[in-house]
Amino acid sequence: MLNRLVKWARIKSPWILHMNCGSCNGCDIEILAALIPRLDAERFGVLLKGSPRQADVMICTGPVTKQMTERLRRVYDQMPDPKFVVVVGQCGCSGGIYTGAYGVEGGVDKIIPVDAYIPGCPPRPEAIADGLIKLLAKIEKGGSP
Amino acid sequence: MPRVRLPIGPQHPALKEPENFMITLDGEQVVDVDIRIGYTHRGIEKLMESRTYIQNLYLVERICGICSYAHVVNFSQNVEEVLGLTIPPRASYLRTLVLELERLHSHFLWLGVAGHEIGFDTLFMYTWEDREVVQDLLEDISGNRVNYAYNTIGGVRRDLGEEQKKRVLDGMDYLEKRATFYKEVAVNEKTILSRAEGVGILKPEVGKRLAAVGPTIRASGVAVDIRKEDPYASYGDVSFDVITTDSCDVLGRVVVRVLEIFECIKIIRQLMEKLPAGDLVVKAPRKVPEGEAMSHTEAPRGEDFHYLHANGTDKPDRYKVRTPTMANLPAVVEMLKGTFLADVPIIVAAIDPCMGCMDRVLLLKDEEKPGERISWDQLRVYANTWYANRGWLG
Repeated sequence: MLNRLVKWARIKSPWILHMNCGSCNGCDIEILAALIPRLDAERFGVLLKGSPRQADVMICTGPVTKQMTERLRRVYDQMPDPKFVVVVGQCGCSGGIYTGAYGVEGGVDKIIPVDAYIPGCPPRPEAIADGLIKLLAKIEKGGSP
Repeated sequence: MPRVRLPIGPQHPALKEPENFMITLDGEQVVDVDIRIGYTHRGIEKLMESRTYIQNLYLVERICGICSYAHVVNFSQNVEEVLGLTIPPRASYLRTLVLELERLHSHFLWLGVAGHEIGFDTLFMYTWEDREVVQDLLEDISGNRVNYAYNTIGGVRRDLGEEQKKRVLDGMDYLEKRATFYKEVAVNEKTILSRAEGVGILKPEVGKRLAAVGPTIRASGVAVDIRKEDPYASYGDVSFDVITTDSCDVLGRVVVRVLEIFECIKIIRQLMEKLPAGDLVVKAPRKVPEGEAMSHTEAPRGEDFHYLHANGTDKPDRYKVRTPTMANLPAVVEMLKGTFLADVPIIVAAIDPCMGCMDRVLLLKDEEKPGERISWDQLRVYANTWYANRGWLG
């Protein structure tokens, strides 16, 4: 009973933390564009939070730079369980156009486990909202990591 | 009271991008600021040396996702200068059009972010909703919302039809109405006035000494605008004003940007009226002969400077980028001194920082044996001769 209530609450209000790991800002503004009235991701209970301690879902953008590697790991560890990671943008998925640059580790999944990938450079706000909904569906089916 | 050192960032609720501000506080007052940059440094300049010019078009675009087109125009202008190409007038007009649309979207975006930083989220929702109009136009013209991939070396890749022209003009009518509303809001709304007036003072002489650029220095009454001083693309054919205010504070920066929106609309209307017919692109060879070029544009945030050294192959030998945020950061330190801690986010946001494009690292490999050192005076002489050799100094 309690488990079901917790799961229901989790699906109805996924609070997100935006983590920039060296992105060009293209994905970051598209994430914000998904929150504005045109798409209104807030109707799914999505709320942008500043602190990792309050967040359920971490949205990562950008190829992980050498400087951010350790910090990304630390922020991930600070999030309470259960936690989910969504990667927005091609360069976060695989390194993308920055593959081979000396400052880039390449791909968020090399550092922390990832639950959903939203490719695109940058993905449209619709795609980002769709990716979030798919993540929620995955959690509902019991895909809790 | 003992002084406190307070780190802000790299991950922090008030900052959208990972940067570290080490703030020394005396009570509530900021005494000193130490900025540590480099968290988003990817190494694009070096990466460019291993890619061809055509591939680099797309890499340069991704230096920054907000003022991406200013970077691509700079890069194309550099390569075209070394190749000795002149692009067709229609292509030049279309480049100017997209540059101005980009400025529009960037200023609307900034207005929203500034609203968000002072806790005025309603303004954020309003301006971002209007920004979507510009985004739709950009998508209509180029096919993409953010990184447009509109340029190629020697011209542009897509034409503008009559229908699209009409949609652009309709969009401008709507945006002009909205911008008039924001002008009212910016100078009358108490929420903005009480947070922005007299905050983050940058005196013109300090700004000039620290080489601040763009709306940041224009809000201190210094009329610097590359579009006017060294017209590139088709800015020589259109008339517009350089907006300045004398208030030197955050409110001044809000007002400058809102008034620049009107200038953008004015420019776009003139461009649509005068748009010449003709080709879109001239053929450019794959290999670029030996030579160097420098190009600067007025990005939404200020002067964006690019330098290219070509060596005769299909890849650049050296490429150098200096973005407006890099130029404005020293001024931020001056603005922050003496203000209150609560005003730090809005003062930092007031220069419209784009850390993604300015981050760099410096590695000192051998501190025992420093490389060749050059004094400030020597550098001045070197720069002046370099410019004089190209016939750019009178």
